[in-house]
Amino acid sequence: MTQSAIGVTRVPLSERAGVIRSLQILVMLGFVGTWEILSQVGVLDKFYYSRPTLIVPTIAEWITQPGTTLFRDIGVTLLETVLGFAIGTLAGVATGYAFARNHLLGAAFDPLFSMFNAIPRLVLAPVFILAFGIGLASKVALGVTLVYFIVFFATFTAVRDVDPAFIDNVRILGARRRDVTFQVLLPAALSAIVASLRTSAGFAFAGAVVAEYIGSNEGVGRRIAVAEAFFDSTGVFSGIVLIAMLALALDGLLQLVESRFSRWKPRRER
Amino acid sequence: MTEAVISLHGVSKVFHPPRQRPYVALEGIDLDIQAGRFVSVVGPSGCGKSTLLALVSGLLPATSGQIVLSGRPVSAVRSDVGFIFQRDALLPWRTVRENVALPLRFRGVPATVAGSQVTEWIARVGLSGFADNYPHELSGGMRKRAQLAQSLVNDPPVLLMDEPFSALDVQTRNLMENELLELWGASRKTVLFITHDLEEAIALSDELVVMTAGPAGTIKARYPIDLPRPRSVTEIRFSPAFVALYERAWNDLRDEVLRSYQRSLSAS
Ligand SMILES: Nc1ncnc2c1ncn2[C@@H]1O[C@H](COP(=O)(O)OP(=O)(O)O)[C@@H](O)[C@H]1O
Ligand SMILES: [Mg+2]
Repeated sequence: MTQSAIGVTRVPLSERAGVIRSLQILVMLGFVGTWEILSQVGVLDKFYYSRPTLIVPTIAEWITQPGTTLFRDIGVTLLETVLGFAIGTLAGVATGYAFARNHLLGAAFDPLFSMFNAIPRLVLAPVFILAFGIGLASKVALGVTLVYFIVFFATFTAVRDVDPAFIDNVRILGARRRDVTFQVLLPAALSAIVASLRTSAGFAFAGAVVAEYIGSNEGVGRRIAVAEAFFDSTGVFSGIVLIAMLALALDGLLQLVESRFSRWKPRRER
Repeated sequence: MTEAVISLHGVSKVFHPPRQRPYVALEGIDLDIQAGRFVSVVGPSGCGKSTLLALVSGLLPATSGQIVLSGRPVSAVRSDVGFIFQRDALLPWRTVRENVALPLRFRGVPATVAGSQVTEWIARVGLSGFADNYPHELSGGMRKRAQLAQSLVNDPPVLLMDEPFSALDVQTRNLMENELLELWGASRKTVLFITHDLEEAIALSDELVVMTAGPAGTIKARYPIDLPRPRSVTEIRFSPAFVALYERAWNDLRDEVLRSYQRSLSAS
């Protein structure tokens, strides 16, 4: 905030919600408009890059088509995301916690985990499809491997680095082992999970979509693969737009969850 | 003479850090503290003050010697003491009220009984308006008050304090010191108070213990402090008796601080 000469506090332009929102809309419209115009005048080849005025009707058709499978596809992708996220998180928390509490275990597995973590895990998608088939399992498996390491390392660091003063203090206050676990260690782990929630859920979603794209007979990733097979760039872009929308919605939802669980944190750490 | 509530005989503590030589932190500590006394320990940093409190509370086992607290030998963590840590030890994900309620919860005190005790202690330390705030929303002084309430809600007979006010600004610190004396005057708990601030130690205490520099920190001198009570820590500093005592103790402490400083130079 700045003080004007007459002593009235004024919110600078850059901090006004209305101004920011208008600029954001302007930038989006500019992007879509440029795309459309470049395509209309022929700078961008419509065959490869499609154009917004073709994409919007295609998505509308997907939605309104009689007997549409769009919602089933979305449902399948979201189910894979949720399962990959839930299983990856549970496994990550359990092992991250155990490794942080048991130094020997942590030390023994450190090289192996570092190696697995170094593999770009999207390349495992074909392996999982071969191993688990083109159904749900291979998509969930890819999501799990992506989510697992994020949650494992977040939990491991959070539990290992718990301030020993917290533990000493609750022990003096009469905490038993169980109380130390439930009042100090698990809340510290939970805070790490919440902090990594948006990243890990985003990866679960990406894992599901990529695995669908590579080998599946349903899901939104599958739509892109099908469109691609028919050289239908409008279909490919419609699928991408759809995925972006879903990802945004998912992230917005998780932001709500995150802020609900972060009330105790200083603002700059949220 | 009443029986000692805290008593240490020939206590020593050796640390065995991995891949380093063992470090003798404390050696040959003999100390008896009678019920209701306020005893302060000063010494250069690294002389083993925090270690001493960890031993008395059972957070760390002594390497040798005997420690008896309220008539029972210390062999495990003792929850019949209050312990104010130097660093903030309130759980950041719990509100003031929830933090203060923790010790009652651990003891299985029914929620209704606990609730009124908690409210009463929060009021006593002047935090009534902040019961539902999280620690990060409070000032440093307020967090110390919350910790006092948390440590005292069980009414432990012994209070151990490790440089509790060292992170506070001078005004807040003096305020907290006076309030601590008031709380202590009303309850007459036995207090073992660690500080590196000689003025604070003398202003608060019945007895001052000066420690030698580490390694092998031990007790160098003990001074009874017969200044009249009730005291105001801000005013007592100007009394001639205080100044005389300060000078005598400072002679002892200065030597140890210098020694500690020289050792830290030669070590690095
Ligand atoms: N867990 C530990 N392992 C090894 N050395 C320790 C440990 N805790 C404390 N020390 C050493 O013991 C000495 C005394 O520490 P401390 O009691 O914290 O000193 P003070 O509180 O007087 O500053 C220091 O030199 C410190 O490095
Ligand atoms: Mg210390």
